[in-house]
Amino acid sequence: MSRTFVGMPPFPSAAREALGDTQLRHNLAHATGVIRDKRARLVEEQGDLWEPLRLAGAAVKQRALDDLATHLEQLEASLTAAGATVHWARDAEEACRVVASVARSHGVDEVVKVKSMATAEIELNEHLEADGIAAWETDLAELIVQLGEDLPSHILVPAIHRNRAEIREIFLRRMAAVGRPAPVDLTDEPEVLAAAAREHLREKFLRAKVGVSGANFAVAETGTLVVVESEGNGRMCLTLPEVLVSVVGIEKVVPTFAELDPLLRLLPRSSTGERMNPYTSMWTGPAAPDGTADGPQEVHVVLLDNGRTRALADDTGRQALRCIRCSACLNVCPVYERTGGHAYGSVYPGPIGAILNPLLTGTGVDEQTDSLPYASTLCGACFEACPVRIDIPEVLVHLRSKVVDGHRGDRPPKAETVAMRAAGWAFADASRLGLVEKASGLSGRVLARLSRTTLPWGRPAAGRLPGPAAAWTGARDLPAPPAESFRGWWDRTDGGRAEGER
Amino acid sequence: MSGRTPARDEILGRVRSALAGVEPTHEPVLAPSAVHDPMPTHEQVVDLFAERVADYRAVVDRVAAADLPGHLAGLFAPTERVVVPPGLDGDLLAAVPTPVADAHPTGSGLTAADLDATDAVLTTATVGIAETGTIVLDHGPGQGRRALTLVPDRHVCVVRADQVVPDVPDAMAPLGGSIAAGRPLTWISGPSATSDIELTRVEGVHGPRTLHVVLVE
Repeated sequence: MSRTFVGMPPFPSAAREALGDTQLRHNLAHATGVIRDKRARLVEEQGDLWEPLRLAGAAVKQRALDDLATHLEQLEASLTAAGATVHWARDAEEACRVVASVARSHGVDEVVKVKSMATAEIELNEHLEADGIAAWETDLAELIVQLGEDLPSHILVPAIHRNRAEIREIFLRRMAAVGRPAPVDLTDEPEVLAAAAREHLREKFLRAKVGVSGANFAVAETGTLVVVESEGNGRMCLTLPEVLVSVVGIEKVVPTFAELDPLLRLLPRSSTGERMNPYTSMWTGPAAPDGTADGPQEVHVVLLDNGRTRALADDTGRQALRCIRCSACLNVCPVYERTGGHAYGSVYPGPIGAILNPLLTGTGVDEQTDSLPYASTLCGACFEACPVRIDIPEVLVHLRSKVVDGHRGDRPPKAETVAMRAAGWAFADASRLGLVEKASGLSGRVLARLSRTTLPWGRPAAGRLPGPAAAWTGARDLPAPPAESFRGWWDRTDGGRAEGER
Repeated sequence: MSGRTPARDEILGRVRSALAGVEPTHEPVLAPSAVHDPMPTHEQVVDLFAERVADYRAVVDRVAAADLPGHLAGLFAPTERVVVPPGLDGDLLAAVPTPVADAHPTGSGLTAADLDATDAVLTTATVGIAETGTIVLDHGPGQGRRALTLVPDRHVCVVRADQVVPDVPDAMAPLGGSIAAGRPLTWISGPSATSDIELTRVEGVHGPRTLHVVLVE
């Protein structure tokens, strides 16, 4: 039914393909530009409060992580006291099995789903489908992705790469096969498309027995789960079914209810650029005060590791677990804006994906993951935008060193290793350096004559070089080396005293 | 399942070994509040609330307490089927020409399909937050189960001016009481909305397409 990210090519080749898609680049530039402006206006409105608020948000999440075992045990105890069933899942497979077994125990062949990064990460839909259970995505963008048999490309707006005409086409072609068809007179107005989604999904909400969600936050002190959303599909899934299963990453824990405060102020402003998102639901097990049953009376919570403890063990990388999935870093990233989310080969794209994926799966495991820490110019815009102050550039550099370390013993060595060894040899001795400079000047004269590219200030640059150097020049201009080195100039002009005599 | 399982013990073990040597912080983090000089009067806070709720394209009416029943009566057409939650104030109930009572919890409540066949719902709220234009329901008496304010297409919500607080931090203490009592919370900021298609905001997807806040002063 839906595609997965398994087997995606490394970032450089995936990015090259994405860059060739002008429609995609247009959609992305428009969408990221709109959200960036909305966010910037609201951050401005908060004035001097914004920075202290970021510090508080970071401190809450860091405090939760620094004593995670204690908070998790407390969360488990509060949830159990509220009547919820707590499950623990070491990996994706284990988490999917829990959800499938709950669904099977109620004899259902379908579940309704709230958009959730954790369930996308563990590929729950594909697992349930293999078990004969249909998982209906109910967030509009996730519905577009699911119906289009497509992949999400943004954390907040997964269908950011699709324009209205494409969405109309997908609705007309696909809705009928899985439920209420789209009206035949469907236009491409966003209001009309949203209304078609409302009609299509309503019958599914009204009959659903089992709902599946994630959670934005899980309060250890009270056992309260929080889902932040806009459309009301979340409320439908959290309220109408008889059974609710929530898959919650262990890093979602927040120590106390009062500490939700900075996070609830930071998340909507950073994410959708709103002072507050339309709906936030908070619930504490199937608890029924004064005998009033409200919502699902069977509540399961799956606490998911799936690599999070690996990230936690990395002293520099640990901070990435503070992430509240707002996607502000995607919207400000010059690389993401041009390549889109698919090139990152994961449900977590953009700058946060470039660190989170290697931290969760480990470096040196596969080429695709190892390519991600390099999918950045280290410009630092992501750190500036991050509401919980994750120093993404710092973690990127740290992960690059881990990737390089992982390849030190390679036979044959990587081109980069050879180049670094050669540089080491040259810099170790002045006469060697002089020789290299002469050779470089010669190659500069040749390159300057052959090059077809000119950099600003008129300096000629090499296009794509052959051989191992192609990896470097594939995405960069290589300025032609100057015809004369500084040391050559010094010798010739007696340190500038004989300048002009050539 | 709840209780000790191999998965639980292994995950907690990995967490502990990952954090060996990390010093925990036991004091809860206190987030800053906006500092205004001079502090706004309550009247100004209520004005801001009305302005910010309206900013989400919700309908906001400001009425004096004495005029509330008359004002509400004018909001509902005689044939409009309006869901009324248990515990709704008698004055409010009297203003609804065709009430549909949710017998919950005393009897079997309205089903999702029943709710889908109604036109509107009338409730009160627990807290109003001015800075963000948010109303929060704790689903106690007069506010109904969560589904009641979700399925009908129009939500009319009565908020008293004395329930309005300046910003989110001011709402955490009263709402913490509701959470401690085991109540769910729904934070509502304007009608349901999506920006999933080309980032164009569309009001009204799955929740009520109209949010009508009646602010009583």
